[in-house]
Parts: sequence; C-alpha cells; structure tokens
Amino acid sequence: MTTTVRLPPRPSFRARRKLDESNEPEADRGILSVHDRRKRSVRNGQILSHIFLFGGLVIVGLGPLLWLAKSAVSTTQDTLTQPMALWPSGIDWANLSQAWFDVEVGKFFFNTVAIALGQWVISLLIAATAAYVMSVLRPSYARFMEAAVLATLFVPAVVLLVPLFVTVARPPIGPSLLNNYLGIWLPTAANAFNILIIKRFFDNLPFEVFEAARTDGAGPIRMFWSIALPMSKPILGVASVFIVIASLKDYLWPSLVLRGDVNLQPLGVRLPDIESQTELDVTLASLAISTLIPLVLFLIFQRVFLRGAGLGGAVKG
Amino acid sequence: MTVLEERPELQQRLRPRRVTPRKRDRSPITWVRRGGLTTLLLALPMILVFAAYSWWPILQAIWMSFQKTNLITYQFVGIDNFIAVLNDPVLGIAVVNTLYFAVLALIFGFPLPILMAVLMSEVRKLKGFYSALAYLPVIVPPVVAVLLWTVFYKASPTGVFNTILGWVGIPPQPWIQDATQAMPSLVLEATWAAAGGSIIIYLAALLAVPPELYDAAEVDGAGIWRKIWHVTLPQLRGVIFVMLILQVIATAQVFLEPYLFTSGGPNNSTVTVLLLIFRYAFEGSLGGKYGQATALSLMLAIFLALASFVYFKVTQKWSTN
Repeated sequence: MTTTVRLPPRPSFRARRKLDESNEPEADRGILSVHDRRKRSVRNGQILSHIFLFGGLVIVGLGPLLWLAKSAVSTTQDTLTQPMALWPSGIDWANLSQAWFDVEVGKFFFNTVAIALGQWVISLLIAATAAYVMSVLRPSYARFMEAAVLATLFVPAVVLLVPLFVTVARPPIGPSLLNNYLGIWLPTAANAFNILIIKRFFDNLPFEVFEAARTDGAGPIRMFWSIALPMSKPILGVASVFIVIASLKDYLWPSLVLRGDVNLQPLGVRLPDIESQTELDVTLASLAISTLIPLVLFLIFQRVFLRGAGLGGAVKG
Repeated sequence: MTVLEERPELQQRLRPRRVTPRKRDRSPITWVRRGGLTTLLLALPMILVFAAYSWWPILQAIWMSFQKTNLITYQFVGIDNFIAVLNDPVLGIAVVNTLYFAVLALIFGFPLPILMAVLMSEVRKLKGFYSALAYLPVIVPPVVAVLLWTVFYKASPTGVFNTILGWVGIPPQPWIQDATQAMPSLVLEATWAAAGGSIIIYLAALLAVPPELYDAAEVDGAGIWRKIWHVTLPQLRGVIFVMLILQVIATAQVFLEPYLFTSGGPNNSTVTVLLLIFRYAFEGSLGGKYGQATALSLMLAIFLALASFVYFKVTQKWSTN
C-alpha cells in the first residue's frame, strides 16, 4: 500500500520566489497617487527623502559596522588618536590572528555556533510538533495546551529570570543543568511565539491533503514528516531565523548558566572579559569576528529576515 | 470586511474538528490504535519543556518571594522580602531611572521609525536596500553593540563621537562618564539597536493599508498631508498602540545597557530595576538574595500587567470612538 500524496509538481526555485513576491500584499499605490508624483514639489520631496534616507541609513545603519571593520585592522594607537582616519599607520592584519588564536576567539566562536545549532534543532522540533498537535491532530487536550501556551505570552521575562535559574541550577528531578548546554537549550525552547506562528501557518494548510493521507493509511508521524513539514517550509524558515538570531544575540541567560566553565561559554559571553583584559585593537577584532555570523546569515537570508520581522508585528498586532 | 467575518464559519464548515475521529469506545487499546499514543508522544516534548521551564518557574516565583533561601534550605518569612526591597534606598533611584529611560526611549525612538517607514514606503526605488540598512543594527548582537558604542563614547577629545562633534565645533562631551549624560547616551545606543525592527513592522503595516482609502480621500479632494493625517495614521493606529505598550514593557526590563556600559554608575545614575534584581540574585558576596530578587520581579511584573490592562482599556475606548 502506498502512502504517497500526489501534490502538483513543484515549481522551480526562481519561479517559486516570483510566486512568493506576487502573493505578498504589495499595495499598488501608497499615499502618493500617480497624479501627485507628477507634481514638481512632490518630486523634489522624493529627492529630499532619498537623500535623507540614503545618507541617514548609510551613516547610522552601516557606519558603525564599517567603522568596526576598519578599526579591527587598525593599530590601537590609530584608533585612539585618529578614530576617523583610514589607517594612518598602515593596516594591522595581525589583530585578527591575535584575536583568533591568542585570545582564543576561535574556540568561543565554535561554542557560539554549537549553541545556536543545538538551539535551532531543539526549538524547531518542539515548536513544530506542538503546532502540529494543536492545529492538525487536535486531541481533546489541545485546547488546554493552547491556553497554557498563550498564557505564557503575557508573563514578562523578568518574572522568570530568578526562578528559572533556580530550576536549572537545582531541578526537582535530575542533575543540575548549570555549565551544560541543555541548560540553555531547553528553557529557551519554551517559546510560545515560535509555536504560535507555526500553528497559524498549519491552520491554513488545506485540510483535504491530511484527509487523503489518512485514507491512504498514513499515521500521525508520517503525515507530520511527509506533508506538514514539506508544505510549511516558508514559515519554518522564518521560525529558524528567529531562533538562531535570538540565540546569537542572547547574553544574560548563557552568561548565568555557563558562568562556572569558561571553556563552554559562547563568544558573546566572553566579550566583556576580553574587552577588559586585552588591548583595544584585538578587542575590536574580536567584536568584528562575533558580528560575522549574524551578518553573513542576514546577507544570505535577507528576505526571510525582513518578512519575519514584519510578521512579528502582525502577530503582535 | 464581510469576507473576513465570514471566513471562520466557512473554515469550520469545511474542516472537521479533528483528524482522529473520536468514538464512544474509550478502551486504551482503541485509543492507541487510533493514534492517541503517537499524538501524545508528539505533544510531550512541548508539554514537558513548558511545564519545567515556564509554568513551574511562574509558580515558583510566587512561592519563592515569601521564602528566605540559599537554594538548599528554604524558610518561610512572610512578606519580609517585599519589605526589605521596599526599604532599599536604591529602589527609588532604580524606579526613577527606569522611568527616565522609558520616557527618553519614547522621545528618541518612538516617532522616528514611523516617519522613516512612511518615507520608505513612498519612495519607488531602493526600498529593499533601505529596509536592509535599517535592519542591520538589529542583527548585531547587543553585547557587540554595547562594547562598540563604549569605544564611540570615549570621553577623550579623540573619541569617535567627540571627533565628529569637533568637526562642527562642539567641545568634547563626557558621555557615559557623566551622571547627567550617561542615561541619554544609553538610550541613544538602545534606540539605534532597536529602531530597525520597528521600521520593518510599520512598513508591513503600511503595505496593508487598503489603497481604495487613498483613492476615496482623493476623490474628496484631500492633499498629501490630509491623506497622511486622515488615512495613514488612523490605519496605523492599532499597530502604533501595540508598539507603544510593547516598547514600554521592554524598556521597563532594560538590563544589558546599564550593566555593560556603566554597571549602574556613575553615582547610581543608571541603576535600573532589572539591574537591581540581578544584583540581589547574582552579585551577593554571601550567596544570592533570591527571595528579594523574586519579590522585586513579581512587583515589576504585576505593575506591568496592571499598566498594560489599563492601557488596553483606555485605548479600546479611543479606538471605538
């Protein structure tokens, strides 16, 4: 007996991208009408906005990062005395290797990657299975799950900080999770937001596909793996971005859980110590290296990032 | 509007309540054979993680705030923790500082993203480029941002910002080393780090404004400014209300900037409530005052809950009027 569900042939990547774009609620007009745009004053205003946006955003958004990139390969003396000059005494590439090897940024860099990858797998697995149960399988207790997840959205993070630390440090059952990556992964995976955005997407999947699969004899796990997940790639991408970026940005929680074992700490947690113990040029090189992963991810998945950020607003609103 | 209202009913009609048909037969074997066990296994990771790391700590927060504890022994002390916290002379300073931070963050950081989003949605070219640039600071890890800005804020005449000020003839400023300038400096960095996210959210909201409304306004003879005032802003009202309260909740819990920039100094001018909680719990030389820390967190959370409840009641009234 076969359990394959025949879906229409998948369009190519580029075609799908086009399709995505046409589905986006891109308004065909904004405040300005075609008629408005012909006016001279409006045209001048447009040019002014361009100058304002371009200048402002390049200086404010890109400027600090460009400065960081420049100073990462400048000498300390140059950064201290002529911070805005371009390498008056030459480029100092040695900063990067000093940071990577002498300050062991390399080691902490891989800790960061390991924490983010583990977080990604665990959070996504938990969020996707929970959303699947609540949206598609709907057992009788699904309503309670949903209410209990929603309720956690209204509890500010501050209430949880200390009791969560106590729970992780001295759990009622099992060993302490301090100085263990599980102490970061599991509490962070209890995230209502990820579950809700995935559930909302599952809610809109065509129900007939699941019915057909059931008729063909597919069980809940088979339907999850072969239907729900492949059909939900867009939202899984958005959730992945949320999870990984949150993991890369987190400071307070990893610093509390891993405060006892320096060798396990991610780069972000080490940076304040590095800053107080090393020379300025090597510190700046370390800062530049830590910006690298999120920056590269952003450049590759820019579209997913921006759509996700907008979606965040839609869910909040 | 009618389409949206009809949709839930439509969906419910098209869509049976559950895939697993529920039968009167409730024997465990039938339950397993119908996939009940698999369903439970799929639900279990989430239930366990939420129970252990969300629901249990919430209950524990309430319980712990009435205990004196070193994590090994627990002793019930009634409301002593709350009294101790309320008698702490730093608490008043921390509350005032947190309010100051929140107000400054609203002034610096609230109108600007709306303005930027409106401008960005009206230019034809480079829209994607602008959104990417605006979002760039958001992806920089906050630790990196704070340490980088510490360098920018160097008080010497050759500090980055002081050099730039020098170009226009303004004398060097002490920035974070001065009790009066420290807090605005922190807010400036926090605004830089957060504004991009708000801009993208407003952009998405602007795209959702139905173009027919602008057409209708034009037929009625509205110019650009009146379209902004009478169409755009009212359409954004819901998002603006939500963003406002979310920003207040977020700034009430500000921690990283005061902790890494100034550790609360100079002269306690940047101690915030969350920094105080952190100090109670994790910086005591004799082990943490966990009870007092939870008591203060609980008070902050209750205050935030009340504030947002009142806020939603009030804005609901405005929205319906």
